[in-house]
Amino acid sequence: VNVVRLPSASPALRTRLSRLLIALVFCALAVYPWLYGKYLTTILTQWLPDTSTAFVILAFTVMGLGLNFVVGYAGLLDLGYVAFFAAGAYVAGWLASEQFANAGSVSFGGTVLPGTPGIHLSPWLVILVAAVFSAILGVLIGVPTLRLRGDYLAIVTLGFGEIIPQFVRNGDNLGGFNLTNGSFGLNGIDGMGFGNRVHHAIHTLPANFLNELDSRWYYWTALALVVVTILCSILLRDSRLGRAWIAIREDEDAAAAMGVPLMRTKTLSYAIGAFFGGAAGALITLQAGATSPDAFSLQVSIFVLCMVILGGIGNVWGVTLGGILLAYVNYKGLFAAGNTFNSTFGTNVDVPEYSYLIYGVAIVLFMLVRPEGLIPSARRRAELVDEPEEENVAAEGAPA
Amino acid sequence: MGTNVGTAAAARRRPILAFSARLRARAAAILGALLLAIVVFWLVENAVHDIRQFALVSLNGVTNGSIYALVAIGYTLVYGILELINFAHGDVFSWGAMITYSVGISWLGAAGHSGLALFGILAAALLCAAVFCATLNMAVERVAYRRLRNAPRLAPLITAIGMSFVLSNAIAAVYGFNYVSTEPLLPRGALFTIGGQAYGWDKLIVLLITVPTLAGLVVVVKRTRWGKAMRATAQNRDAARLMGIDVDRAISFAFGLGGALAGIGGFVYLVYFTQGRFDLGFRIGLFAFTAAVLGGIGNILGAALGGYLIGFIENYNSGLTWHAPGPSWTESLVFILLILILVFRPHGLLGETLSTRS
Repeated sequence: VNVVRLPSASPALRTRLSRLLIALVFCALAVYPWLYGKYLTTILTQWLPDTSTAFVILAFTVMGLGLNFVVGYAGLLDLGYVAFFAAGAYVAGWLASEQFANAGSVSFGGTVLPGTPGIHLSPWLVILVAAVFSAILGVLIGVPTLRLRGDYLAIVTLGFGEIIPQFVRNGDNLGGFNLTNGSFGLNGIDGMGFGNRVHHAIHTLPANFLNELDSRWYYWTALALVVVTILCSILLRDSRLGRAWIAIREDEDAAAAMGVPLMRTKTLSYAIGAFFGGAAGALITLQAGATSPDAFSLQVSIFVLCMVILGGIGNVWGVTLGGILLAYVNYKGLFAAGNTFNSTFGTNVDVPEYSYLIYGVAIVLFMLVRPEGLIPSARRRAELVDEPEEENVAAEGAPA
Repeated sequence: MGTNVGTAAAARRRPILAFSARLRARAAAILGALLLAIVVFWLVENAVHDIRQFALVSLNGVTNGSIYALVAIGYTLVYGILELINFAHGDVFSWGAMITYSVGISWLGAAGHSGLALFGILAAALLCAAVFCATLNMAVERVAYRRLRNAPRLAPLITAIGMSFVLSNAIAAVYGFNYVSTEPLLPRGALFTIGGQAYGWDKLIVLLITVPTLAGLVVVVKRTRWGKAMRATAQNRDAARLMGIDVDRAISFAFGLGGALAGIGGFVYLVYFTQGRFDLGFRIGLFAFTAAVLGGIGNILGAALGGYLIGFIENYNSGLTWHAPGPSWTESLVFILLILILVFRPHGLLGETLSTRS
């Protein structure tokens, strides 16, 4: 397997160059809504996402980065990550809609008119509460299950990923109490925004993002969340906790022997991953204005897992790239490719219909050909590439 | 890592749930006994309430359980050798149902025949489904898993998930996203009735196929050279290789055997439920995997037993009338059971203590 290297550059220069590149990319991302509106021609807009699609792409990238804490750093395969997406979505629905109209009108910095029935907290607070709630859920799921071996953990998390949507679906009558509104889901969820009070003080900050022309404020919020998640990823990776995660990923028994508290460290990775999953779920729900149990399928978990694998398990920049790339393919690229394909060849193939066939093939090919992902982490590459080759030599030497 | 919750370091440094191993085991035993007592009480109460309904639901449980058992054995065979959860197995099962549909219903027109002709058509469809699925499962192993045999543990698992998506969406590409369905193939007449409800050929054929298949499987695994090679490979791959066993072929054989059983399961499913769809294997695959874990993964008899237990759980939950949670909770119940077993008794009902290769 060939690893692409920048030719003949000293490590220090390479670090500086890549930092410059990252800064440039994020500047470009920040001004994207203006560029999209003004300067991009029609050929490009056919291939480039509009701001609301770009918002969804970035929000899913946050989920990919969140899952990277669990799968990438701590090496725990989580196939039920959608559970935290669901938790975040429903917390957002509960705290910013008319679901609990019986509770009277509770508003705290909400983006709706005063006196609207139901609970309406400030969306920023809602995202934080949703993230914390998801993290607590992560601890509750993690404590009994994280001592299991890797593949058993995968199947148990997959089970949780199925139980939680079913709970949501059946949750319209829990002892007579309508918690989740069943399979209809929650509707009429408030939009993001700074609230009326802030808007009156600073007019450039909109009270409700939904009142704006396009989704650029949502886009910037998601971009900010991506940046925060990346910063947290890097800071935590280089901390004592991050080293403990990587030690567990490399060899659990050795890590335990070196004094790494296994359960606490694993549970923390799970909780932190859940934290960002919940935040992304809340953000997506606040933009969409509705959520329902149908949105929480295994396919979402696999989709997010694909981001991590494709980008490079354990590498923040790889996962960011993988997330943006895959979410782009899912929400824009496949449609664009399908349209181009059909108009070129005069066919009528529904390309997005086969998205999961394409993802399946991509997963298999990536694991076989380039298991370390697009931008691999150095340690992971050593683990995935060198070791099997040595063992293959030994295996071929043995009599068949 | 293993199930080494008892290691001194782990126990000392775990602040949450910091019970001693012995206390934990005792609590688990008491909790399990209590749970079992409640379930038994609930079953007896239901049987007393409406014995006919209870008998009928039990028979349905045997029928569904047969399908889970057939699929579960495929999981257990592969896990026993490679310690790999073959996620694609459920979708091999779906292919079995779809091939049965293509061969039996579309090509040979089973719905229009009866008697010996129907028997011949069904036998041909069964054979085709079994051979196709065996080949498919072996091909999956050859293409996707063999190269990763020495890779880190998660690599083949992730590949298996990818293969599962490939196989199920390939069905969607061939047969479309909607159900394919047929009218009932077998004579409708009841063999006997319980409380006005019929027990017909459609249910009996499930047992007529499953029981000899399972018996044949036990003979193959225990008595033939191939079975012996497979068991030796499962026990210790390197030692088996040193003894002159072709390990690759033994593993292929396990995949083929599991695939054939999944194909037979798919056939039975289509004949019994008379419909199939691309995502059929997801739910059934998960239930069957739960069955394999419940019985003790790696243990063939355990997988069969687990399959029947899951069949009973599903049908008692959805069919009984006295305080049953109802069908909308079936999946949650099965998965909660799976989680409880994995946490408290990871070696299952019949299994030995698992090896702890990490």
